[in-house]
Amino acid sequence: MAGTVPAERRMVNEIAVAFQHLPETEAAEAVARHIRSFWDPRMRARLAEFVASGAEGFNPVALAAARIVTRPDGAAVG
Amino acid sequence: MSLLKEPDFGTPERPGEATVSVDVDGLSVAVPEGTSVMRAAALAGVDIPKLCATDSLEAFGSCRLCVVEIDGRRGTPASCTTPVADGMRVRTQTPKVAKLRQGVMELYLSDHPLDCLTCPANGDCELQDMAGVVGLRQVRYGYEGENHLDAETDRSNPYFDFDPSKCIVCSRCVRACGEVQGTFALTIEGRGFDSKVSPGAGELFMDSECVSCGACVQACPTSTLQERSVVELGMPTRSVVTTCAYCGVGCSFKAEMRGDELVRMVPYKDGGANEGHSCVKGRFAFGYASHPDRILKPMVRDRITDPWREVGWDEAISTVATRMRGLQERYGPGSIGAISSSRCTNEEVFVVQKMVRAAFGNNNIDTCARVCHSPTGYGLKQTFGESAGTQDFRSVAQADVIMVIGANPTDGHPVFASRMKRRLREGARLVVIDPRRIDLVRSPHIEAAHHLQLRPSTNVAVVNAMAHVVVTEGLVDREFVDARCEGFEEWEEFVARPENSPEATESVTGVPAGELRAAARLYAEAPNGAIYYGLGVTEHSQGSTMVMGMANLAMACGNLGRDGVGVNPLRGQNNVQGSCDMGSFPHELTGYRHVSDDAVRTVFEELWGRTLLSEPGLRIPNMFDAAIDGTFRGLFVHGEDIAQSDPNLQHVTAALESMELVVVQDLFLNETAKFAHVFLPGASFLEKDGTFTNAERRVNRVRSVMRPKAGKHEWEIVCDIATAMGYPMSYDHPGQIMDEIAQVTPTFRGISFETLDKHGSIQWPCNEDAPEGTPTMHVDSFVRGKGRFVVTNYLPTNERTTSRFPLVLTTGRILSQYNVGAQTRRTGNVAWHPEDLLELHPHDAEVRGVQDGDEVTLASRVGKTTLRAQISDRMPPGVVYTTFHHPVTGANVVTTENSDWATNCPEYKVTAVQVGLAHPLGARDADPVREGRPVGVE
Ligand code: SF4
Ligand code: SF4
Ligand code: SF4
Ligand code: FES
Repeated sequence: MAGTVPAERRMVNEIAVAFQHLPETEAAEAVARHIRSFWDPRMRARLAEFVASGAEGFNPVALAAARIVTRPDGAAVG
Repeated sequence: MSLLKEPDFGTPERPGEATVSVDVDGLSVAVPEGTSVMRAAALAGVDIPKLCATDSLEAFGSCRLCVVEIDGRRGTPASCTTPVADGMRVRTQTPKVAKLRQGVMELYLSDHPLDCLTCPANGDCELQDMAGVVGLRQVRYGYEGENHLDAETDRSNPYFDFDPSKCIVCSRCVRACGEVQGTFALTIEGRGFDSKVSPGAGELFMDSECVSCGACVQACPTSTLQERSVVELGMPTRSVVTTCAYCGVGCSFKAEMRGDELVRMVPYKDGGANEGHSCVKGRFAFGYASHPDRILKPMVRDRITDPWREVGWDEAISTVATRMRGLQERYGPGSIGAISSSRCTNEEVFVVQKMVRAAFGNNNIDTCARVCHSPTGYGLKQTFGESAGTQDFRSVAQADVIMVIGANPTDGHPVFASRMKRRLREGARLVVIDPRRIDLVRSPHIEAAHHLQLRPSTNVAVVNAMAHVVVTEGLVDREFVDARCEGFEEWEEFVARPENSPEATESVTGVPAGELRAAARLYAEAPNGAIYYGLGVTEHSQGSTMVMGMANLAMACGNLGRDGVGVNPLRGQNNVQGSCDMGSFPHELTGYRHVSDDAVRTVFEELWGRTLLSEPGLRIPNMFDAAIDGTFRGLFVHGEDIAQSDPNLQHVTAALESMELVVVQDLFLNETAKFAHVFLPGASFLEKDGTFTNAERRVNRVRSVMRPKAGKHEWEIVCDIATAMGYPMSYDHPGQIMDEIAQVTPTFRGISFETLDKHGSIQWPCNEDAPEGTPTMHVDSFVRGKGRFVVTNYLPTNERTTSRFPLVLTTGRILSQYNVGAQTRRTGNVAWHPEDLLELHPHDAEVRGVQDGDEVTLASRVGKTTLRAQISDRMPPGVVYTTFHHPVTGANVVTTENSDWATNCPEYKVTAVQVGLAHPLGARDADPVREGRPVGVE
């Protein structure tokens, strides 16, 4: 059932896996770009909350990407 | 407009230059080689009498009514089967041919009931016309001899009658079924006087292979095959040319009216998508538009448990406006949003997204295309630079190898399937990639060269393996790739890796390596290889990846930028392409331009006088999540039944229940309306005025044949809501909305109602560079400049079978029904599909003790439903299949929250399930009574 894994965390993990062929930093940037292009700000805010509250359950690229997106300067769509 | 009758030139057009000159009754005319004398005469303005010929069919030469004399030739050849020769002199009216023709007519009429005055075809009968044309004044033979006048009428089909007593055995119906439709359901049984038309071996139409496309009815020159509606209502008196509102083929029709009543729909010969053909839905299934279930008055209620209260338009609109604004005051501007529909016109969709962006002041607008073709938009944009298919339908006639991936065109896109089948009968080779043995794999005169019966969810592994074959066997079109693409080396290195070889992936995909290699070679080596795909590609957790995988393969083989090739999505609903084009995604304005693009936003801001947000809004699944979270409180649902069509319905209904305001606009009180506080009655396609854009980017006019039954056009209602919310929006006519679309969208710059009326239809892009539109895209270069290869890793879906849920469920559709069935279930089409069935392989059935017709439970980790089993070996063992046309089945009760990584398009095509008998202990014989059966036939 949806809700057992928070949607934002599930989604960022899946996006990260789609870019796993890239080197980690590049992959993280690609994931971050994707999120900025397609995610509503409140979803990014929720992502930031998950990262802040312990960052559990993220794969490494997803976590790196989540950190880029939730950096104050990462908020703008780029 | 009076009744529109397209000219019939007798035999089909031949391609090429008009180089052959002939003289017909003193008139000279030049025509392409291979043209018949009959057609040449018609082009010169001379109509030769005919019965067995019509220009949608190859000439047959059986009636002998079309005889002519040709100087220097003996006898009286049939003009329909005689090709022209340069310098030929033809005489169509001589005493000799006149006599012959009268003799032929006399014989026909001697075995024909002469009840013309009471015949339903009176006024529309070619036999009657021809009797007049040849000047027949008497029939010398009586009815004493043997005749066919007592033959019984077959009324088994819900839409047309077959009265063999009127048949002249011209075989136009038989040929239409074969040549045009490609079903070959009809034959002429017997010989000579005993010959007669028959669906199968003496069967009724309903028991035969007939798919009720109506091509035979249209081709029949008499009233032998006659629409029931004409029998009941009489001959129509005027026509309105419009567009079918069912599927993404976008067939053009003449809606033939008698007064204000629609008598029949006749496919329009000049329709670019269908060229005079149709399927059962478009031609016959329009009865829902006048179904008594339609709601015609706005209704409101405070709570979803309250009864509905009918109100006037003003109260309904002010209720929506006030409550929406109230929610924004309490929860913030982003707390409301809208979902638009791919069933609505471009103009309606455009005003809905305008209302959201300008009046709501946010980007929370999404479309039901989210749940079907959003990966197409993403994948084709990333690789080619434009979110649309590359070809027109006509292009398939030039294809040498056709690859159909995750689509079932004979059911989902029947008229395009007929065009495709015609090409396959001419010798093009076919590759089908699908877990299910769709009809196309083996049908009359067609056999797939390869059917790659992959396991559901392994599309990407298969396309990578095909690409592996192409790059490792030296099949890449280097010239094309070097000149026109980028990113090739990285991609080549990736697909060439041993783990992507057909041998390595066989254990995952289930596709034998040898078969896959052969299919890849066939596609790569074809002069023209074309890919057509459907929801079996997109509705996966790797839907976007697969779209890019196919684009990579097509680029590597140079199969882009000309006729006969391309990557072509077969769109589900009629206006999926259009609703995406019209800026219905939360991150894009019209023409697929990102909301963060300042220059683009400025264009809209200046015209609309509002500042637009540069951040994307919520997509449909995100709206549901946010509703449950409490940040999303109000939703306007335009013409969609999300509580039936969207996956993981428990989650959807929980989201809908948690919202404070749900507004539904639809024809019927659908499942979503159960959660609504305001219901706004919509208009059927017969009442709409606007445009639809089909899967080939063709913008077609939809013309209203009657006033909106609920008193207002849907675009007017949306404008009224925006206005009541303090953002005035008004247009006098939908043509003004299209003008606004053209003003803000470069790919639509040259489109207006006037240009559409002039050209019939236009394929975008249409602008200064392409004033008449663009049938084929990416001809000299890609829209994004260079075509981009993208590495496409295969990743297994998270949805795994387990010992509890050991089977994989995949979903699809069937010919006679459409989407959630709200329309088709309210027509005679229920004769073909009264309920959704679960197809189950004999092996899987046997181990569960299930027999054909048993009620079974279908359970996944999220839900459970009951339906009837159909034992079928179309699916491999381990895979079960169902459709989602009936709400009682609720197939989406079991589908999960899994979705495409890039677009959140739900993974409808893969759900781990278990199947069991619903009544295990001998209850089978108890004739289970099913509750909530679908609504009855009209
Ligand atoms: S309705 Fe269509 S499928 Fe049926 S017999 Fe006629 S042409 Fe063939
Ligand atoms: S049913 Fe109509 S089309 Fe068919 S053979 Fe008879 S007259 Fe001709
Ligand atoms: S093929 Fe599609 S558009 Fe054409 S008539 Fe059938 S449903 Fe309508
Ligand atoms: S029309 Fe030519 S033979 Fe019938």
